[in-house]
Amino acid sequence: MSLEHFIKEALSPWMHEQGPDNDIVMSSRIRLARNFANVTYPILAEQEKLDDIRSFFKKEYEHQTFQNYKNLEFVSIKDLTPVEKSVLVEKHLISPHLVKHDEHAAVMISQNEQVSVMINEEDHIRIQLYFPGLQLKKALEEAFDFDDWIEEKVNYAYDETKGYLTSCPTNVGTGMRASVMMHLPALSMTKQINRMIPAISQLGLVVRGIYGEGSEALGNIFQISNQITLGKSEEDIVEDLESVVNQLIDHERVARNYIMKRSGIELEDRIFRSYGVLQYSRKIESKEAAKCISNVRLGIDLGIIENTSGNILNELMVLTQPGFLQQYANRTLNAGERDVLRASLIRERLKLEN
Amino acid sequence: MECQECHERPATLHVKQVINGQETKVSMCETCAKKKGYITYPEEGYSLHDLLTGLFNFDTIKMTSMSDNQLNQVKELQCSKCGMTFSKFKQVGKFGCAHCYESFASKLEPIFRRVHSGNTKHFGKIPKRAGSGLQLKKQLKSYREELQQLIEAEAFEEAAKVRDKIKALEKGDKEPEAGDGS
Repeated sequence: MSLEHFIKEALSPWMHEQGPDNDIVMSSRIRLARNFANVTYPILAEQEKLDDIRSFFKKEYEHQTFQNYKNLEFVSIKDLTPVEKSVLVEKHLISPHLVKHDEHAAVMISQNEQVSVMINEEDHIRIQLYFPGLQLKKALEEAFDFDDWIEEKVNYAYDETKGYLTSCPTNVGTGMRASVMMHLPALSMTKQINRMIPAISQLGLVVRGIYGEGSEALGNIFQISNQITLGKSEEDIVEDLESVVNQLIDHERVARNYIMKRSGIELEDRIFRSYGVLQYSRKIESKEAAKCISNVRLGIDLGIIENTSGNILNELMVLTQPGFLQQYANRTLNAGERDVLRASLIRERLKLEN
Repeated sequence: MECQECHERPATLHVKQVINGQETKVSMCETCAKKKGYITYPEEGYSLHDLLTGLFNFDTIKMTSMSDNQLNQVKELQCSKCGMTFSKFKQVGKFGCAHCYESFASKLEPIFRRVHSGNTKHFGKIPKRAGSGLQLKKQLKSYREELQQLIEAEAFEEAAKVRDKIKALEKGDKEPEAGDGS
């Protein structure tokens, strides 16, 4: 079964490509929420109706190719093992919501893993499309094309004044959530990010940590996305988001230079200590791992650590998640066992680089 | 101020307790406050939707001051297609089907305004098939605006071209409109 390569590799194929501002922006994503015009939404729909939808997608789109998005793999979520489910969530190919309501849920994933279409999530259809680096406009264009392709066979729920009608009022209108994943170690170190988050929220954008709970952002990785979906066109939303992201990039660069100048040796020390921990530890918790990975990635970006690929941050962040570790071990692991395996996987991965 | 428990993160929760005249103050970060049971989260954790359902309930105060008759009317607001009631919608924060938007229309404007910074109208993509008529309408509107500007600028040659485009569109418009019953 070709599900295997989605599960085995921590890095999705598209992540191997370089994108603009790759050192700070890890990925850009566009998500479109769509529904069938005459079918009740998944929250209230009859079971058979949802199964009909799932069968429709399997019949019409399985192994189909649209432009660069080749050979769509169709996967029914309930057929997956719990570990396989977590791996797909950790790779951001499906949402936790889809796993929680998996009875009639499915996902279609393109070979390059750039597109995934969730079926019977909160809405009937959720199209997500990723691009490496900061490429929101490009991602939007491609997502629109993909959306048009799906629309050829689906009557979308749409209203002239309210736009795309979604299950949640927070998505109505464009049904679009544009988001960007950013690595902001210097803004975190200097605590500037804490002052910037409230300012950014005033612009109708949301900032949150991707990994970790509550307000802390594990690995200094933040997601910035639009909050508003009504009253602004997709292009305008993306433009607003991109301009804020560009400012964040500038501030992050300035902060990096500032730290280098003011306390270069301390920074270098911190980066190499983290590098040492990753290279030699025998047991490491996810929190410590995330911190060290972030420091090492910063070291790579600043040219302090050489001969190591910048992609290592993206890869190790996924590789060290609980689901992925258990997939690798091929059995369930308790927290202590995970810490041991995590340390050993990181060691091996870093050895490959040298 | 740093958290008095972990001394690492900044304290974001401040509690003042007065028991028998004895005052104690607690300042903690979110994580420690959670551990110590000062704050509890529902099973799924805090989500934007929880916050939103809070926003939807803004008119409950008004409801208590209404007469029973009015109250019943509010309660009976129900989607004819999927059976979702308005009170259930406020509770779960989700529509049951596309028709709910029409069924609850009279109550939705303030909700949209709150959620989308005052906006209530869509200004984005129009689906190709479902909205082919709309796309024509939009195109015609922009041509007419262009025509007006050209006339004002006395660029009559250009204006004639745009006028022809409008005519062509309007002609082509009739056929699919007549054939499309919906």
